[in-house]
Amino acid sequence: MANLEQLSNSYYRLLTRNIILTIISVSIIPLILVSITIYYQFRTSYHEKVYAHLCELVHKHKQNIDGFLSEKLGDIRFLANSFGLDKLSDESFLQDRLAALQKNYGPVFVDLGIINNEGEQIAYAGPFKLAKANYSDAEWYLQAVRNQYFISDVFLGLRGLPHFIVTVRDTRKGQNWILRATIDFVAFNTLVENIHIGQTGFAFIVNKEGKLQTTPITKPFLDILPGKIIYKDFLNDQTSDPNEIRVSVKPDSKNRKNIYVASFLKNGDWLLVYQQRAADAFADLNKTFKITTILMLLGPLGVVIMAFTLSRMIVNRIARADTEKQLMNEKVVEAGKLASVGELAAGVAHEINNPVAIMVEEAGWMGDLLEEEEFQESKNLAEFKKSIGQIQTQGKRCKQITHKLLSFARRTDGSVQDVDINDMLEELVALSAQRAKYSMVEIQPDYQENLPCLKFSLSELQQVFFNIINNAIDAMEKNGGQLKISSRRKDNYIVVEISDTGTGIPEANLSRIFDPFFTTKPIGKGTGLGLSICYGIIDKMGGKIRCKSSVDVGTTFWVSIPIQAGNGP
Amino acid sequence: MTSDENVKSDRIRLLLVDDEEGFVNVLSKRISRRNIDVTRAFSGSEAIQALRLQAFDVAVLDLKMEDLDGLEVLKIFKIMDPQLAVIMLTGHGSTEAAKKGMDLGAFDYLTKPCELEELLEKITAAYTAHKRV
Repeated sequence: MANLEQLSNSYYRLLTRNIILTIISVSIIPLILVSITIYYQFRTSYHEKVYAHLCELVHKHKQNIDGFLSEKLGDIRFLANSFGLDKLSDESFLQDRLAALQKNYGPVFVDLGIINNEGEQIAYAGPFKLAKANYSDAEWYLQAVRNQYFISDVFLGLRGLPHFIVTVRDTRKGQNWILRATIDFVAFNTLVENIHIGQTGFAFIVNKEGKLQTTPITKPFLDILPGKIIYKDFLNDQTSDPNEIRVSVKPDSKNRKNIYVASFLKNGDWLLVYQQRAADAFADLNKTFKITTILMLLGPLGVVIMAFTLSRMIVNRIARADTEKQLMNEKVVEAGKLASVGELAAGVAHEINNPVAIMVEEAGWMGDLLEEEEFQESKNLAEFKKSIGQIQTQGKRCKQITHKLLSFARRTDGSVQDVDINDMLEELVALSAQRAKYSMVEIQPDYQENLPCLKFSLSELQQVFFNIINNAIDAMEKNGGQLKISSRRKDNYIVVEISDTGTGIPEANLSRIFDPFFTTKPIGKGTGLGLSICYGIIDKMGGKIRCKSSVDVGTTFWVSIPIQAGNGP
Repeated sequence: MTSDENVKSDRIRLLLVDDEEGFVNVLSKRISRRNIDVTRAFSGSEAIQALRLQAFDVAVLDLKMEDLDGLEVLKIFKIMDPQLAVIMLTGHGSTEAAKKGMDLGAFDYLTKPCELEELLEKITAAYTAHKRV
């Protein structure tokens, strides 16, 4: 038995485990797949969006800066072309022009200067004392002599401040001179400084040698520096279209990923670089990733908790159902046994019937013979007659027993006939009277007169009411009580009410009393079939059977049976 | 198949059919003492044979016999002699067969084992009802 219990315990454990695994795998795997897919798609499109945005930004500023440079160059060229060397050599005139330019553009133009063929500044207008300065060795001067138009890199020069120079060389009328303008570094730097996104995004310009042409607004506490290796990569790769915008993602010296977006300026002389930490650029994406991860952990946690509780509940219920099934199986076997005992009894009764009948008749025959004259004088005549009488009496007793046995085993006689419900109830009361008296039960009949006849099987109706009356007497067996049986007509039904003052049915059992095999009687005393058969019979007739009960107060059954049309009194 | 010799016109001629020999024997002896001529038959076929040889007023027929079903015998009786009054004997609880027998033209039925007095009453009633003109 213990072994069996162990076996069933391990069966339920296995069942629990399988349910848990099924629930978990069915819910979590799709959750993970969906989350990963959505996150991956979102990540890809977000990256594309960010890169596109940065490229657009760089492109716009490249145009802006290129525009700024060519505009300044255009202004200088206009000066050189319009006025010529003679006028421009006059320092007061040059001063006037500078003032006009500064009026138009603000302090972008710092100074203007005219430089002759020997590299000597012959005229100068500006805040510094640079007249007669000799630039023949200056890097920019060597470039300016070779090109008609030239924009220099940013350098400190003689004044010791960062600036760059725009030059126009004029060779008309056999003269060879250069008009030079200094562009204020601060004004230019503002153009690049304005490119600033997020916490770590900034831009800067480098020349071909990789020297910074602007001051990036790096934030020292953030430890951001222009990534030199990266823009050198860009500078080395000059093969492709100078207008192209390049994007690169590389780790910096501290192994943090940085995004670099670059584009050439000034016909490939300068490189505009925008740099931002990937973590900063994709901050929103990273936030989404964190939320997704939390959800992906919390979701399965919920699923796991649910799987455990649910599987335990399901398995408990299955275990309970299994136990009930086993009990019911036992009852079915019990009922089967009873049925076979019934059949056996019926068979025996049937076989005994004929021999008993013959015995009784033979005794009768002996009685017949004793009537003849020759026996009349026999001194034992009275004894003979008494003896024969005994044989006949006992034979009849046997007959009654076999009849009862056969009635017990007999199938219900389903033939329909006219049934007077009151007569039938009276008969049943008479049958139960002896038992009721013994149990000190007082039967109180109350029949409504002239009820219409019912057209149903008498034996089925008898079975129903006999069952209910017997149950009622059972309930009052110990302490006695009153059994009220009443009949009345209600609309098209005859309602029979049977109420007792017995032990009553507990609330919990009340809903199950019509269930097959439900019984509270000790094993072997009741099959639990009685009321379920009653229910089946009344239901088949189209009637209703209802029960109300309180513990220690009593139980009342109402049975309504339809009166068929045309059966009125 | 046996028959009492002294046939008189005012005595009821009865055919008693049952395969329970002991029962038929004792019953026929007892009935014979009550102004009735009893012919015994222990099977359906014997009963049919007896009816071919002689006319009867009343037949008492057991419905449960080994060779022929009682109802079949009843049908044949009714064909051979529609005037014959038939009282059926049935086992307890098989009133269905008895009702079928009534539909086939039987006079009445009794459940076995029956009282002699009751049987005699039925025989007399059947004889009176079916008295040949």
